[in-house]
Parts: sequence; structure tokens; C-alpha cells
Amino acid sequence: MNILTYICSADFIYMWIRVATPILLAALGSVVCSKAGVVNLGLEGTMLISALFGVLGSVYGNSLFWGLLAGVAAAVIVSAIFAYFHLILQANNVLCGTAVNTMATGLTVFVLQLATGEKGNSSSLKSFAFPNIEIPLIKEIPVIGEVISGHNALTYVALLMVFLIYILMYKTPLGLRMRAVGENPDAASSVGQNVIQIRFIAILICGALTGLGGMYLSMGYLSMFVRDMTAGRGFIALAACSMGQATPIGALVSSMIFAFFDGLSNILQVLKIPSEFVQMLPYLATIIGLTVYSIQQSIRVKQRMKK
Amino acid sequence: MAEALHMKHIVKVYSNGVMANKDVTLCVNQGEIHALSGENGAGKSTLMKILFGEEQATSGEIFVNGAKVNITSPQMAIGLGIGMVHQHFMLVPSLTVTENMIMGIEPKKGLLIDEKYARQQVEEIGKKYNLYIDPEKKVADLTVGQKQKVEILKALFRGAKILILDEPTAVLTPQETVELFEELKNLKKSGYTIIFISHKLNEIKELCDRITIIRRGVTMGVHQVASVTEEDISRLMVGRDVVLTIDKKPASPGKALIQVKNLRVVDENGNAQVDDVSFSLREGEILGIAGVEGNGQSQLVQAITGLGPYTSGSIMVNGQDIRGKSVQNIRDLKLAHIPEDRMTSGAAAKLSITENIIADKLGWKRFSGRGILKKKAIREYGDEMVRDYQILCKSQDVEIGSLSGGNIQKAVLARELSGEPKVIIANQPTRGVDVGATEFIRKQLIDMRDQKNGVLLITSDLNEVLGLSDSLIVLFEGKIVAYISDVSSMTEAQLGTYMLGIEKQEEAQIKEALHE
Repeated sequence: MNILTYICSADFIYMWIRVATPILLAALGSVVCSKAGVVNLGLEGTMLISALFGVLGSVYGNSLFWGLLAGVAAAVIVSAIFAYFHLILQANNVLCGTAVNTMATGLTVFVLQLATGEKGNSSSLKSFAFPNIEIPLIKEIPVIGEVISGHNALTYVALLMVFLIYILMYKTPLGLRMRAVGENPDAASSVGQNVIQIRFIAILICGALTGLGGMYLSMGYLSMFVRDMTAGRGFIALAACSMGQATPIGALVSSMIFAFFDGLSNILQVLKIPSEFVQMLPYLATIIGLTVYSIQQSIRVKQRMKK
Repeated sequence: MAEALHMKHIVKVYSNGVMANKDVTLCVNQGEIHALSGENGAGKSTLMKILFGEEQATSGEIFVNGAKVNITSPQMAIGLGIGMVHQHFMLVPSLTVTENMIMGIEPKKGLLIDEKYARQQVEEIGKKYNLYIDPEKKVADLTVGQKQKVEILKALFRGAKILILDEPTAVLTPQETVELFEELKNLKKSGYTIIFISHKLNEIKELCDRITIIRRGVTMGVHQVASVTEEDISRLMVGRDVVLTIDKKPASPGKALIQVKNLRVVDENGNAQVDDVSFSLREGEILGIAGVEGNGQSQLVQAITGLGPYTSGSIMVNGQDIRGKSVQNIRDLKLAHIPEDRMTSGAAAKLSITENIIADKLGWKRFSGRGILKKKAIREYGDEMVRDYQILCKSQDVEIGSLSGGNIQKAVLARELSGEPKVIIANQPTRGVDVGATEFIRKQLIDMRDQKNGVLLITSDLNEVLGLSDSLIVLFEGKIVAYISDVSSMTEAQLGTYMLGIEKQEEAQIKEALHE
């Protein structure tokens, strides 16, 4: 019973939101890409690279601003490389994505060692971190204040992004073109749209968002870079994006679902339930969810055929 | 009347050497509905692609409103006031009508799309041309006819003055067609110029002012629709250049190998693609199926081979009903299929010649045992096939995709005929194949017939269907309109009138196709 009380506690909910932040940011990036018809498998590597370069930028630039700039720039450059190979040289996107991920693992450790002499983490460097923000008034409210206020700045940015990406995709000309290019590139090009250009832009936007997610890990969640610290979050973000039907709200909801089980696994370990079992739950939930969804879809298609 | 468009002596040679347009001239007056007509493969689509900037002409000149232009992209064509309504709609299903229409030229308010103004514009233009569609509806929820309206509106919205409609009625129900014609006549009254691509003579008669006919990449002249008869048009469209004589013994048909009774195939839009078709294919005969493409031939072949569904009726192959049977089951009834499109369904381009040839024989004891392929036996067989079917290649190991069309087709033939079939469905067996290979393939089909097998020959090549077939069925709009038991008595002019739906035989005569 004490699990339930813990799950309902403000502490857990606070942690839940915290865990969801990086997944949400990367998932939103993936939403933009997917809508434009590109599956970006390189999210994991992009996150890792921005996590490191954010730290290094803030150390060498001696300010948070340079950290932010370096982190986002690194992510955007990596994405541009991905886009160049995938869109212009027309390489397979699975191959490009895997290349980004594999390169990121090696590159981050290599650069980390050049900068610090160590291969494990950047604790010897004094990195800046994104501040936690106390929201006036709201923080005074009992429980709700505890849950909503005092999060990292990037958490609020992530939530704001849900709204901004929604506006971008559904209210602006660029968003309309991205959705058209993703669904029927021939239709878009028949009215003079440059499919490659629009997809390129989508990949860069995705890169910037994913970069923020990566930096949250090393400059929010922790205040240092640890090798392979993304630990599969890029892939979880991809799953969250697909599960959420590649919509911003859907990505938010599915990121929260994944984060819930992630948070839960921390507690359940105390109860001697193997953490590996618990960590399996979000994926199990995804499979079940997707199965139910596909069955519903096929029933709907059959009904339409009958008409 | 002023000329809206003049395409002079257009020649188009594709990089693979195919000459799609040899010498085409098209002159369209302002404010007329001009029919562009010709058989499939005559070069209509290529000509329109050139006009819309999707292809570049090898030589020739284009004048729009009297000024010489060089159209290199669809945007340029749009800029010149040319709008294309593609046969396969260029629409994004999950977007609304408004979103589809404004894409690329969105009205803006600050950074955002001015949705209200956009909707208003879409509504206005729809009402103005009597083509009103709810701007808020998703395209996926529209009927085919409505989607077509959106396509027309899309072109008008971008300022098109010359509208090209590529076989617009092919996808419409009769009621929708009537509606479309009303709309087009309205547009004509408002001063728009319309190029109407079609080979349906009744529609051309009803709607168009003048007609340009293309046959095999050459224009056969331009005529006032009112002053030519349907027979004239059909003669110009489907005339034979050279009469082909194919040496063959008279047929001596035996019992039925395929019996199709009251077959209907209805597509997802509810249109009957194959409509109450009944016939028999007997052993020792080549039964030709003639018809302008898109009159149900593909659906008929798919139904018989098990590749596509059929709604009602029955198909017996070698005495067995094939309903519910898999493609494999049907092939096991000694049915071979030479598919229409050899690159997508006839061969696996990346596999070697031999691998393609034995693809349907992997279960033979001769070629595999205990789950392992017998390399040596397969190689020997491959060599034998390459020799017997005169496949020109460096070795049997080369990728089949690297061969010429004729040699790929010979390899497909090798696979299909080497399994000792009783029934051969040959769909466009010599399309895009060189003269030598064509002769070889035709000879093989005749040999199969002489060995008491049945051949169902579907072809849009008039020479082939008249020269090769023993008896003949003509399909028009999914129905059999004629059955000719002795092809040698048939003239091409007569065939043309059946193919274009001008004439139809008596029911009793058509029933003879069943041989009951």
C-alpha cells in the first residue's frame, strides 16, 4: 500500500515531471520530423553530443549562454549532417541515424578525454546549469506549489514547446507545408514546393529541440556530463512520438506515460521487484497500446470498405 | 479566335531511347474545349508532361498566348497560367480542402496563416465557378468527384487560364461525369481554355469543340468534332500501320480450361470494373482480349490469377473453382501468368537470371533437398533455360534488371512456360520489347497452343491481337461487347468500333464466348 501513497505524493509527481522533460523535448523534435516524413533515428546521439557540448560551452565561455549556444549548435550541426546524407545523398535513414548514434558514443568520450583527461565524466569541470525556477504565488499553494513550482527552466521550456510546436505545425505556412510534404510529397511538389528543403528545415528544428533535451541531462538533471548518459532516452522519445501519433499533445501524453514507469521503477526496487522488470513496463504498455490501436484502425478501414 | 497554346513539332526521346513523341503539333484556341485523343502509349501523357514542365522536349517549340516559352518546371507552367488536373489526384488526404488549396500561397497574418481569409477565398472561388466544396472538410472524407473539384479549384486558385484534364472521367460515376461536364461548360463560358484528354468518343462528341488525335507519337491532324464521325475518329486512333502476318496452323479447340461465369469486380468506390463477364478459354486456342486499356483487363487478369479480388461470379481453372484459393494453389492448377509489368511483378530486378527462373520451382526435389538448394542442378538448369529461351546475357549470374526489356521478358517466359502449364495468361507479353524478342515470344505462345494448351492473350497492340488470336473478346467499360469466334474474318475498322464502344454485338452472340 505504501507504493500507492508514494505515487500520490507530491515528491513522486515532481520527480515524474522531471524525468519526463528530456523525453518530451526529443519527442517534440521527432514530431516535427515525422510530420515532414523523416524518421530521425539519430535522436539518441544528437542528445548525447549536445549534452557534452553544452557543458563544454558553458565551461569555456564561462556562462550559461555560451553553454546553451554550444549545445544547440552542436545538435543542429549533427542534424544537418544527418539531413545532408539522408536527403541530398539519399542514404538510408536507418543507416544515417545509426551512424549518428555510434559516432556520438565515440566522439563524446574522445572529446571528453581531450578536455578533462578522463573518460567517465566531466566532474572536474565546473559546468553551469540551467536554474530552477520558483513560480511566485503558485509556489505558496500547498501540494500544487510543490509539484508545479521549482522545476528546471528547461522543463518549463519543454511545456511551452508543446504549445509552440502545435502553433508551428498547425497554424503557420511552414507547418502546413511540412505536413503536406510528409504525407504526399508529389502533391507538394506539384504546387512548386521544394520537398528536400522543407524536410531539411524540419530536421534542423528537430535537432534544436533534441539538443535542449540533451542539455537538460547534463545541465539540469545533473550538472556534469557522464558518458552514455542518455541511456536510451532518444529511442524512448521516438517511441513516444509514434505512440502519440506524431502530434505535440500526443507526444506530451506518451512522454508522461514513459516517464511514469521510469519513475516507478525507482520505487519498486525498494520492494525487491527487479528493476529490470519494471523498466520493461513502459515498452509493454506501448506494445499493448499500439496493438489495440492497430486493431481499431483495421476495423475502421473494413467498415469504410463495406460502405 | 486567338491561339491560347501552340505546341509545334514536339519530339521527345527518353534517355532509354524510347521515342514517345515523334512529331506532335497541338494548337488550342482560346475559350475552347479541345480533346486530345489517342490510344494508351500514343504519347498524350508525355506531351502534357512537357507542357506542364515535368519533362523537357527534345526538340520543338511551345507558344503560350502567342509568345514563345521554355517551360522547365511546374512552377513556370503555373506562372504561365497552365493548370493540370492529374488523373491521380495531387492532394494531401489528412489536410482540409482549404489547406490543400492554399498550400504554397498561404495568405498570412503576421507569422501565422490567416485562416479566416483563406477560408473566405476558398469559399468565394468555389461559389464563383459553381464548384462549391465545404472548405473545412478533410480531403480524405470527400468523394472522388469532390476531390476532382478541389483539384480543378486548386488550379483556378493559382490563376490557371488553360486547364489540362487528364482522363478526368476515368474515376467518376456517370452522374459525376454529367456534373463535371456542366462545370467545364461553365468554365468555357467564362473564357477558360480546356484540354480534355480522353479516348471516350461519346464524351468527346458531347463536350469538345475540336479534337487532336495522336497515334504512336505522331499527330493525325486536328478536326472539328461536329464534322467528324465517331468511326472517323476511331479509324484515326487505332489504325494499323503495317498488317502483320503471323504463320500459324488453324486452331482446333478442345475442352474448356478456364471458365469464367458472370464475373464482377467492384472497386472500393463502388464502380464495376469487370461487369458480368462470361467466357471460356479452350485448349488449343489463343483467346485474345482486346480493348482500350483501363476497360477492366487488369482486374480480370488479377481475378483469374488470384492476385486481386472479385465480387461475384465464378472462375473455374481446369475444372476447379478458384474462390478462396491462394496464388500458389491456382498456379498448382497448371496456370502460368506473364504479368503486365515485368519489372514490378514479373521479375526481381536484383536477383540473377537463374534465381528468377527457378523462383517458382524451389519446391522441386531436383533443386532442393532438406532445405538446402542444389547449386549444381540449378546452374545446369539455368544454362539450359538461357539457351532454350535465347536470353542474351554474359552469364546466368547477372542481375536480371541489367538486361534489356526483351531479354527480361524471355526470362519471365522461361520461368512461366517451363513448368509445363496448361493455361497461360499472357498480359501485354511484348510491350516495350524489341522486334526480335517479340517474334520469339509470339512463336513460343503459338507453340504452347499447338501443344493443346490454352493461351489468354491480353494486349493493347492491335497487330498482335488480330495476328495471334484464334478467337477474340472485346472489353469495353468492363463488359464484353463482342465475341469473334474466327478472328481472320475481322477487320480492324470493325474492331475499332467495338473497342471504342460505338457498336455492340447482340447478347446471343456475346453468350457464344462461353461455349455452352
